[in-house]
Amino acid sequence: MNQLTVTPTALLFAVALVLIALIISWRQKIGLEKDLIIGVVRAVIQLTVVGYVLTYIIKVNRAGLTLLMVAIIIFNAAWNAKGRANGIPHAFLISLLAITVATSTTIVLLVLARAIAFMPSQIVPISGMIASNAMVAIGLAYRSLNSQFRDKRQGLLERLALGATLHQTAIDVVREAIRTGMSPTVDSAKTVGLVSLPGMMSGLIFAGVDPTKAIMYQIMVTFMLMAATSIGSTIAVYLAYPQFFNPDMQLRN
Amino acid sequence: MAEPIFVLDDVGVVLGGKTLLTGISFSVDPGEYVTISGPSGSGKSTLLRVLATLLTPTSGTVTFAGRLQSTYEKTAYRRRVSYCYQQPSLFGDTVRDNLTFPFHIRHEHATDAQLTAALATMQLSAEMLDKPIIELSGGEKQRVALARNLLFTPQVLLLDEVTTGLDADTKTTVHRVIEDYHRRGTTVIAVTHDEGEIAVAHRLLTIEAGRLAVTAA
Repeated sequence: MNQLTVTPTALLFAVALVLIALIISWRQKIGLEKDLIIGVVRAVIQLTVVGYVLTYIIKVNRAGLTLLMVAIIIFNAAWNAKGRANGIPHAFLISLLAITVATSTTIVLLVLARAIAFMPSQIVPISGMIASNAMVAIGLAYRSLNSQFRDKRQGLLERLALGATLHQTAIDVVREAIRTGMSPTVDSAKTVGLVSLPGMMSGLIFAGVDPTKAIMYQIMVTFMLMAATSIGSTIAVYLAYPQFFNPDMQLRN
Repeated sequence: MAEPIFVLDDVGVVLGGKTLLTGISFSVDPGEYVTISGPSGSGKSTLLRVLATLLTPTSGTVTFAGRLQSTYEKTAYRRRVSYCYQQPSLFGDTVRDNLTFPFHIRHEHATDAQLTAALATMQLSAEMLDKPIIELSGGEKQRVALARNLLFTPQVLLLDEVTTGLDADTKTTVHRVIEDYHRRGTTVIAVTHDEGEIAVAHRLLTIEAGRLAVTAA
């Protein structure tokens, strides 16, 4: 059996690693010391709380409680995605809908295919993985929408003036934003196993699972994230791009 | 007497707390050629954008062909009232991408013959069709943009200083094409700084500090 216990003493030694990052930031005048300290404190508190919460949820094994945990994950993911929208109206609701559909569709398909079982120890971590990847994809798609609507403004105005609908006006921008949202997932799918041994697979190997079995899970995760990021960024972009226009079909300033 | 194509009644535009147009009232008859002049920043382009529905007036009313402008479906309106920018931005990769766009938005298929005919009108060769837009000169870009506006004959053509910066030959071509459309019934409303264009104006409106200053018949 693998030795999987990290003792508090070992964690204390790991703090030395944070100190290295702090010293680099301080010596190089990067100015990230405050963020690093906040990050460390938040990580410790959040992970400790989630550790206890997950232990409880897995122990009681109730569907309602599992779904509540998934809902909290999705809510937080949507809130974070909204933070990257840079003023796009209704970004929270759009993100919430996109992440909810992306997560639930993927989870339902995986459960129906019996790839995972509807039990908290599987549903909660998989939902977290999907929601966080969808969140990153949507955040990137929002950033792409914002920069394209700024940089390509004249071309968009001309399309409107020629009598194009909003969809005909923005279709190139929409496609590029969805592509941008999905690109990290597609890129990592291309290099998985060559550059990185991703979390799911590493965790299983850590826990003593045969690597040939662990890769099966990782393949499933790769496919699932492709589906989730494409669903999430497509929904988010299609709901977000009309927000750049006013009801008179003019570009907002 | 035909019903005016445009009637503007006390039109005003305030944008970001700044007054751009105040109390603009005039009418335009179908088939008229109206030239609008005035100093830079006086509100000429703003007025043209109001006529094109690319800017909504904050006060007053605009009537188009007997109906309030605001009651028109915007895409249908903009296909009838075509606005051409001063420094047009061509999109896509090639000239073809730009000329097929008006067909694409109407769900129609463009033939090469239609596209090269549009280029020929602007004194541009058929080989230009697949030329990358980054290789075009300023004059070529302006002519491709105008061709894009004229592929489907508009009822009204709004021109925002489209001849600014063009050489004499290109300017002549553009004037000839616009006159040709005007003769065939298109109403033309053109903003210009060009002394020559102002001198031969059929009807001249002058805008100063957001107000209509002179109406010369």
